[in-house]
Amino acid sequence: MKAHLTRRYRFSASHRLHSDSFSDEENRAIYGKCNNPYGHGHNYTLEVTVSGEVDRSTGMICDLGELDECVRREILERFDVENLNVRNELSGSVPTTENLSTVIYQILKREFGRAHLEKVRLEETMMNSFEYTGN
Amino acid sequence: MSMVYLTRKAEFAASHYYHNPELSPEDNRRLFGKCNNPNGHGHNYVLEVTVKGDINPRSGFVVDLRQLKELLHREVLDAMDHRFLNREVPEFFTCIPTTENIAIAIWQRLVGKLETAKLHRVRVYENPDLFVDFYGEG
Repeated sequence: MKAHLTRRYRFSASHRLHSDSFSDEENRAIYGKCNNPYGHGHNYTLEVTVSGEVDRSTGMICDLGELDECVRREILERFDVENLNVRNELSGSVPTTENLSTVIYQILKREFGRAHLEKVRLEETMMNSFEYTGN
Repeated sequence: MSMVYLTRKAEFAASHYYHNPELSPEDNRRLFGKCNNPNGHGHNYVLEVTVKGDINPRSGFVVDLRQLKELLHREVLDAMDHRFLNREVPEFFTCIPTTENIAIAIWQRLVGKLETAKLHRVRVYENPDLFVDFYGEG
């Protein structure tokens, strides 16, 4: 029988929202306080949802330890206590939480093969969250 | 008619351990780690049951909440709250009480037992950072 499993993780990172395709004035108008040239930070909460058949032998969709280890190695070590603007993974794009959620989805899709990746949900604050389920 | 989804939460505290008798003790320890301790350990589980249906034009309800609450008490909480799942809940005599299997067992206890609304999802939180969703076998 198929079930969905969701695990939550936390990381902290800084960013500045600024696009070279806009003028300085346009950037200030579009991004407001998030355009502060010195940047600012968030405590992000990441939810990773995987799905699959529940293995009769283990009662599990996948080994939770393997999922934790993959997320730690591929996501938390990359982004925790980092400045997102200088990360290669986001080069060429504004480090909005929309873009970050798609980058995290693509990394996990590539690196975690033990279950089907259903969704990445990223909370930037308690008030904002973003979901990406692939194309 | 407007299809609306309604979610009711409930909590239960229970203990369990993970063990597959078809595997060796070493394999059980390797596979399940600390969760293989036969004395068990416990969690405060949070259950979210989501039902769906059309709004009844006379009552304005999707489901009689009192009926749903009583169903959750009778079928789930009375059976699982303050219990050792492996020894006291029949589904887990032959099936490991992982969060996945608990969600499936709760679904099977509830499905088809509401008069008006249809069961949509059973979500079981083992803790705030881990939960399983089950949408039925379809």
